[in-house]
Amino acid sequence: MGNGDTTVEKESSTATELDIPWNVVVHNDPVNLMTYVTMVFQRVFGYSRERAQKHMLEVHQRGRSIVWTGVREPAESYVEQLHGYLLLATLEKAR
Amino acid sequence: MTVEVTRSRDGLRLARLDLFFVELLRQIPVSADPADSDAARQRLYPGITADPQENEEWRTYVHPELAELFSGAGGIVREDLETFEQLDDTNDNWAFEIPADHFDQWLNVLNQARLSLAARFAFTEEEMAQSGPATIESTRDLSLFQVHFYGFLQECLLQDIGG
Repeated sequence: MGNGDTTVEKESSTATELDIPWNVVVHNDPVNLMTYVTMVFQRVFGYSRERAQKHMLEVHQRGRSIVWTGVREPAESYVEQLHGYLLLATLEKAR
Repeated sequence: MTVEVTRSRDGLRLARLDLFFVELLRQIPVSADPADSDAARQRLYPGITADPQENEEWRTYVHPELAELFSGAGGIVREDLETFEQLDDTNDNWAFEIPADHFDQWLNVLNQARLSLAARFAFTEEEMAQSGPATIESTRDLSLFQVHFYGFLQECLLQDIGG
């Protein structure tokens, strides 16, 4: 599993101090194809192919990758989209 | 066993299919249905956090939308699967085309099927990393072969999408 070395994608937001940032985390599974996971990251987050591949490899090699960090509502929307593509994604409070 | 894959602007054509592969293709929507397996259902409809209450809300509000998405894709794949062509009198030469504008739905349903089968049979990382079972002697072997064959189809579709 990943740790402090995990790459974090940050996005500016209008969050108030009460809005704790949330991480969208994608977890490894042995079934989803690497090319498929890369395509999903490109589609959902609009990432370049290189950036999407970097996250895909992090999921594959470290077991998880923080693919986005920000306020709760869009984070939930991203997790829902990732679940629609059948990726294992969760929300975690950012530290 | 051979499958011939050709691409055109209109889609992805599979040919030289024998009845075994025809049946594997027809099984895609059946395998995608997680109804008979808790493990498959949990994999297709995961929670969102470690908090049980949040997951209950996720189940209430988000899972029905996911079910609608999966069901819609499944309906399109089922309709496409009605269009097999038998090219000659033998049972070894069937053909079938996946329309280009249905690639997304096919990728989704193939993934549902692969994940459901893998969850039902608890395939290991090692089994998934191999190219498939050496022989097919059990339902589990056949299901592992299905997972790998469906993965091959996904790779073909992804090449066309540019993924």
